[in-house]
Amino acid sequence: MSGYLLSLAIWTPIVAGLVVLFTGSDRNAPLARGLALLGAVLGLLVTLPLYTGFDKATSAMQFVEQASWIAPFNINYHLGVDGISMPFVILNAFITILVVLAGWKVIEQRVAQYNAAFLIMSGLLNGIFCALDGVLFYVFFEASLIPLYLIIGMWGGPNRVYAAIKFFLYTLMGSLLFLIALIYLFFQSGGSFSIQDWHQLPLDLTTQIWLFLAFLVAFAVKVPMWPVHTWLPDAHVEAPTGGSVVLAAIALKLGAYGFLRFSLPIAPDASHELSGLMIGLSLIAVIYIGFVALVQADMKKLVAYSSIAHMGFVTLGFFMLNPLGVEGALVQMISHGFVSGAMFLCIGVLYDRMHSRQIADYGGVVNTMPKFAAFFMLFSMANAGLPATSGFVGEFMVILGAVEYNFWVAFAAATTMIVGAAYTLWMYKRVVFGAVANSHVAELEDINAREFFFLAILALCVLGMGLYPLPFTEVMHASVNDLLQHVAQSKLQ
Amino acid sequence: MDMKSLYLLVPLAPLAGAIVAGLFCRVIPRWLAHTATILGVAVAFITSIVIFQDVLAGNSFNGTVYQWLASGEYKFEVGFLIDKLTVTMMLVVTSVSLMVHLYTIGYMQEDPGYNRFFSYISLFTFSMLMLVMSNNFMQLFFGWEAVGLVSYLLIGFWYTRPTAIFANMKAFLVNRVGDFGFILGIGLVLAHFGSLDYATVFAKAPELANKTINIWGSADWSLMTVACICLFIGAMGKSAQVPLHVWLPDSMEGPTPISALIHAATMVTAGIFMVARMSPLFELSDTALSFVLVIGATTALFMGFLGIIQNDIKRVVAYSTLSQLGYMTVALGASAYSVAIFHLMTHAFFKALLFLGAGSVIIGMHHDQDMRNMGGLRKYMPITWITSLIGSLALIGTPFFAGFYSKDSIIEAVALSNIAGAKYAYFAVMAGVFITAFYSFRMYFLVFHGEERFGKAHHDHHGDHEDEEPADDHHHGLAPGQKPHESPWVVTVPLIALAIPSVIIGYIAIEPMLFGDYFKGVIHVNEEAHPVMEALHHHFHGAVAMALHAVTTPVFWLAFSGVALSWFFYMKRPDIPAAIKARFSGIYTLLDNKYYFDKFNEVVFAGGARLLGRGLWKGGDVALIDGLLVNGSARLVGAIASVVRFFQSGYIYHYAFTMIIGVFVLLTLWFNRA
Repeated sequence: MSGYLLSLAIWTPIVAGLVVLFTGSDRNAPLARGLALLGAVLGLLVTLPLYTGFDKATSAMQFVEQASWIAPFNINYHLGVDGISMPFVILNAFITILVVLAGWKVIEQRVAQYNAAFLIMSGLLNGIFCALDGVLFYVFFEASLIPLYLIIGMWGGPNRVYAAIKFFLYTLMGSLLFLIALIYLFFQSGGSFSIQDWHQLPLDLTTQIWLFLAFLVAFAVKVPMWPVHTWLPDAHVEAPTGGSVVLAAIALKLGAYGFLRFSLPIAPDASHELSGLMIGLSLIAVIYIGFVALVQADMKKLVAYSSIAHMGFVTLGFFMLNPLGVEGALVQMISHGFVSGAMFLCIGVLYDRMHSRQIADYGGVVNTMPKFAAFFMLFSMANAGLPATSGFVGEFMVILGAVEYNFWVAFAAATTMIVGAAYTLWMYKRVVFGAVANSHVAELEDINAREFFFLAILALCVLGMGLYPLPFTEVMHASVNDLLQHVAQSKLQ
Repeated sequence: MDMKSLYLLVPLAPLAGAIVAGLFCRVIPRWLAHTATILGVAVAFITSIVIFQDVLAGNSFNGTVYQWLASGEYKFEVGFLIDKLTVTMMLVVTSVSLMVHLYTIGYMQEDPGYNRFFSYISLFTFSMLMLVMSNNFMQLFFGWEAVGLVSYLLIGFWYTRPTAIFANMKAFLVNRVGDFGFILGIGLVLAHFGSLDYATVFAKAPELANKTINIWGSADWSLMTVACICLFIGAMGKSAQVPLHVWLPDSMEGPTPISALIHAATMVTAGIFMVARMSPLFELSDTALSFVLVIGATTALFMGFLGIIQNDIKRVVAYSTLSQLGYMTVALGASAYSVAIFHLMTHAFFKALLFLGAGSVIIGMHHDQDMRNMGGLRKYMPITWITSLIGSLALIGTPFFAGFYSKDSIIEAVALSNIAGAKYAYFAVMAGVFITAFYSFRMYFLVFHGEERFGKAHHDHHGDHEDEEPADDHHHGLAPGQKPHESPWVVTVPLIALAIPSVIIGYIAIEPMLFGDYFKGVIHVNEEAHPVMEALHHHFHGAVAMALHAVTTPVFWLAFSGVALSWFFYMKRPDIPAAIKARFSGIYTLLDNKYYFDKFNEVVFAGGARLLGRGLWKGGDVALIDGLLVNGSARLVGAIASVVRFFQSGYIYHYAFTMIIGVFVLLTLWFNRA
């Protein structure tokens, strides 16, 4: 059993999704919802042994599974996790439950298909984090686009088709170059698609730079980094709440994960060579996007832009290439999963009642929804990086790591403490505080038990991680140290 | 119980109270909310006394509670450092907090947010205790931001008032500017000392005294100077030093009990505490100390001027707080850290007293805060009157009162300091004495003496905020014919309890705190470079002698003339201030606009940020990236597609032929690969 944990993590939600799909039309919607929740909970349960059984001492891949898949091309069904990928498998399974709950009452059409799409996507995303074979990774990487594309295109807002296609083309453009890079590596390594083999492959600097750039295009779009970020606000605005949650909490992490799994270890010299460029782009994301977020009138767009700024911290942390930076960035990725997920759920709670995301349509929500206001306050503060919330930990580590790297990089990055607080609190003030703004706000009902449940769970995660982040970073140490040592060794002869 | 559990009990007891009152604020009755929180704070206070005695007996503690995080070779821990500085702060925080909790029962009794308010002030007490008890920079920053959060929540406590929710956001953001510097300072400490633990850092400080870092161009900067100035920027935000002071006057939008607790006695002094705690670092940089001195002196003098023209009773006290925080900062800059902490302590008591007294007046006036509507209140509110008089006398530095000993010591210390900027600072603190006496007694006379002006046509309650006031029953004022009344015992008892230390604490504490070995080993002064304390000690011949000698000094006569002038202006000839206001309208306008700091920030920073954001969004994202690149390439694809369409003939043999050629080309490439 324990030998197949990763397969279970991948295939449990996919099978559950297929089962849900077979419940068919909306007459069976309650059954579809129940089965989806069951599948999502099972999906989380099978990932828990990954944490409890994880060996923190080693940087080697754990829970490894290997079987031949397409023998002529030496393509394998090769799975394994280390301290970098394992947390994201669990996070993903956890978020899936929240997404099923968030759509419980809200999605009334094609319920089975909606839930199936999320479950299948959850499995595919786990596949990405577990894959150790280049082709397997690529297949999962691309396949995961399809459910998300469908979710935005079918259950999204009025402009959903434009957003879905923009999202699809943007990310597809990146992945084509990625595929070419994979095939090139296959030939260079003498016929291996094993990512771990590629890590050891000596490559000259020019080759490394070309590979790095090919990876960069693929991953930068996913993160998204400036200037290939403009698909994200559109996708978020049009996506249903669940879609936004998965997009922000998990899908954005894929690009960042790709940097750690491909760019840094395969092209270490190029990573050093181009780290200035990467840090520059990251700082632009942090500062430029922060100011753009400030002036958004649409809550979802504001949080979408804030996501880009937070992801800028992640790429910044990676390319300073010191432990504080890399671990801080990983912590930031997990925290951002909780916090941005919670922010989108909060906006969803409001949208379900008012059918508007415009800040100007709100005001004085606290008068009618005090419980909601308290949760939203907590998550807003986490978004602004307040200590004792998870949002602080990663930011703090990355800023401290940046001072070690270069004072002015830290100076630029730390401006987020001001700008991030400004856009988050200004939105909060206009939406929540004040006298009741209009008759719609006056009629709002506070959150129900279901909403209270998912917000409370996220609140516990945000506070727990903020007060005691050690368990999260403990599992990363060995893998991150190994990665940094590996990156420090030149592949040039 | 062993001492370590007692240390834990101090912050956790108020936290437990806050959780009870906060999580269940909608279900539990009021008595339970205030009992739970008061009990928590009382436990913290009593435990602090026990710890105080233990520390006096010569014990101290520096240890870890739990490891928060580890990364690379760095460890981040939550832990306590219990020494005399900590325990002094613990006593100040818990005692003032206890008084404020009690007072709140009376002050907030009609408020629907009663339970929530108690939860917040207990949460504040917890955060502040974590801040002062910390043994490392990380936890200090934790407490630092947590008190900022509670301050934010409390300034915006009346969340339907537009001015309140503007003020709380402003407070948070201005503090974030300070935190921005603070976190860079912490980063520099970590990067160069390899630890955030106080003891480790302070022990390593001397060997890094001459270390330089390359910050800008080719010039080398002293590490200590850069780090200390960064850290001090954090203190400037929290302790409201110019130019990051702008949030404090607006914070008066919050209910009065928190103005006393947070915005006078404790939170705003966190910056002072922080610099005193880091004396081993600041002592190594004269540049940083000069910077501290000049900023403090500027705050002390120029914020005092603003107190003169305020009509809102709370705002007078707020500007006096700003000015007194400037005094403390001046003391830090003069290397008289113990004097700064001494003034912090005396100020906590008499300023909390003044605020709570002002609050009592506000209750008596039915939530009218405009001093132009008051007058002659001494007849109706005798306890409030006497205790406020005591507070005012302490504030202006009347000999034998608490404020005299601390403020006079600051002035003496500055006079003895030889650091750059000390002359300016000396002038500022001397002039400040006169100004403080003048505005304090202007307030005192306007409120408690003279003609009874209440119950008549109202000036606007908030003086300078004419645009606000939705129908809100917190602010109605006295109806015509109605008389003010003395406040209930839950209000007056804290006043009396705070009046006692406002009189005697200076007399008791000056000798051990400043000249004994109370702070030995806690506050570090480089005696050779900054021999201020030694010289001060030389001039000191006991507390009584100091007070008697004071009558012959100019400081005393400056304060005296300030009181006399305000008596003449506001009791004898009320036409003179009006004439001066008309004659010097330019200066009045400058003061009334608070030197235009707010306007400048609003236009340049807030407006500039929005403009920049809109420019980047519309110009960058929408026009350049989406318009030109994304949609442009879509159009390009469209154009190519119209050419490609030509090849889609629909004849199978065309396709088959193309495929065969393609396969041959690929095979050729495959076999001829390198």
